[in-house]
Amino acid sequence: MDRTVEKISTGVDFDRIRADFPVLKRKINGRPLVYLDNAASGQMPTFVADRIDRYHRHEHSNVHRGIHSLSQQATEAYESAREKTRQLINASENEEIIFTTGTTDSINLVANSFGLSLLKKGDRILLSQMEHHSNIVPWQMIADKAGAEIDVIPLLDDGRLDMEAYEELLGERTKIVSVVHVSNALGTVNPVEKMTALARQAGAAVVIDGAQAVPHQPVDVQQIDCDFYAFSAHKMCGPTGFGILFGRKEHLEKMGPYRGGGNIIDKVTFEKTTYNVAPFKFEAGTPPIAAGIGFAAAIDYLNSIGMKRIADREQELVDLALEKLRKIEGLRLIGDPPERASVISFVLEGIHPHDTGTILDKHGVAIRTGHHCAQPVMERYGVTATARASFSFYNNEEDVNRLIEGVKQVKDFFK
Amino acid sequence: MDIQKKQDRIVREFKLLGDWQERYKYIIKLGDKLEPLTEDEKIDENLVRGCQSQVWLTSDLDDGKVKFRADSDAAITKGLVALMIRFYSGEEPDTILETEPEFLDRIGMKEHLSPTRSNGLVSMIKQMKIYAMAYKTKLQQLKG
Repeated sequence: MDRTVEKISTGVDFDRIRADFPVLKRKINGRPLVYLDNAASGQMPTFVADRIDRYHRHEHSNVHRGIHSLSQQATEAYESAREKTRQLINASENEEIIFTTGTTDSINLVANSFGLSLLKKGDRILLSQMEHHSNIVPWQMIADKAGAEIDVIPLLDDGRLDMEAYEELLGERTKIVSVVHVSNALGTVNPVEKMTALARQAGAAVVIDGAQAVPHQPVDVQQIDCDFYAFSAHKMCGPTGFGILFGRKEHLEKMGPYRGGGNIIDKVTFEKTTYNVAPFKFEAGTPPIAAGIGFAAAIDYLNSIGMKRIADREQELVDLALEKLRKIEGLRLIGDPPERASVISFVLEGIHPHDTGTILDKHGVAIRTGHHCAQPVMERYGVTATARASFSFYNNEEDVNRLIEGVKQVKDFFK
Repeated sequence: MDIQKKQDRIVREFKLLGDWQERYKYIIKLGDKLEPLTEDEKIDENLVRGCQSQVWLTSDLDDGKVKFRADSDAAITKGLVALMIRFYSGEEPDTILETEPEFLDRIGMKEHLSPTRSNGLVSMIKQMKIYAMAYKTKLQQLKG
């Protein structure tokens, strides 16, 4: 295969981009690493790692409260992440961007601060069968407290949501719809714009788990028109422990803080505390400053390539992998949605996904096996686990070939 | 047989094998030979928690010795489970509690002992020791 330079239709030299990720040069079990576990966490380019390193060595100071120059510089660098995030997802104001520790934390924040005050006994929360546990459990906890009920949009055989059932389930007691944008277990891209419009007609607020969407495609929260949108930095070239919650200003203004502490307050006496404005009232304590600055760098890095180009490149790789995987006898795709992003789940006949993953690892191919924190999805398709390959723009055709070769070796091994 | 001799014998067997492929194939073969549990025994009560693959473990006390039986839905895990049964089954509770399966390191399977592998081997060893502890207490009560 001619892979000296992979100038594809997008005009970006993705082969050179690989050099930005030193981890890709590693050997695992004697073979060059093929990293196909991007849905779990993405790799960090040197540009971002260097930015975080520079902050720690030369720029560290606490933010938001110092009068001295170092603190002001750190605050500016940290707050630049807010502006860059706003631009990335096209929110209308910086005040709508709340920093959290990750998607899970973001959803917990919405569930507690927004959900708990909104929900009355007998109200309903609508989730889908393809949700990650992080978009199920917080709602169950809140539903218990509020006396609300949870409804579930079922999955079709091909991995899409049953939209007819969705419309039927949207009732007048449905107050919140919380759905995933891109499924981490199936790769399905949900029609969130349409789903949001339907929910709005029914008078429900919409929360979207975008953990697997923002790293892979352009996302515009105004176009989707959702009320909340959550995602994580570490799946998009950024550090772990840093996440984002977009919330409409009208909601954030009314919502109370989720955790108590410093930074969130306006005035504290032991009799009464008045709270700071959004987003600060949701960000108690010293924030993960280095992570925020790292995330700002990650957005710069992704923008230097372009989210549309990233989406196109990943689509190319996923399509190629699908084409080749379909030809492997005894391989069953779990979910085969017409619109798919980055993720391919599969099982091999007679071989446990855990065994598949172990042997692939021996060949240097890193995939994920298990239930992917989406046990209802596993149940729906009658499996306890799947093998999941997930792609990023720094993967290439060689990685796809190594996956295919690896899967064939797994089959031979267990013959 | 002395449990330390069991360790040495397993290590000797694996020394005859070549690369990782041969060792894994041997492990899978050991799993194939393992007497399977009945469907009645593959119940949640017997499921070892903390595994990506499912591992079921049952135990009995027979003449002061612990008899283990187990099964798994994944082939490599099942082979490792078979090795652990061969190692601990038929031993007295004290022996099980006092002896660590050092042979796993010596046959190049140490990676499966990492808690992050979550293939259940660590959880299974822990569960075997919990059973041994329970039987030890039971035996002491009988004597007392």
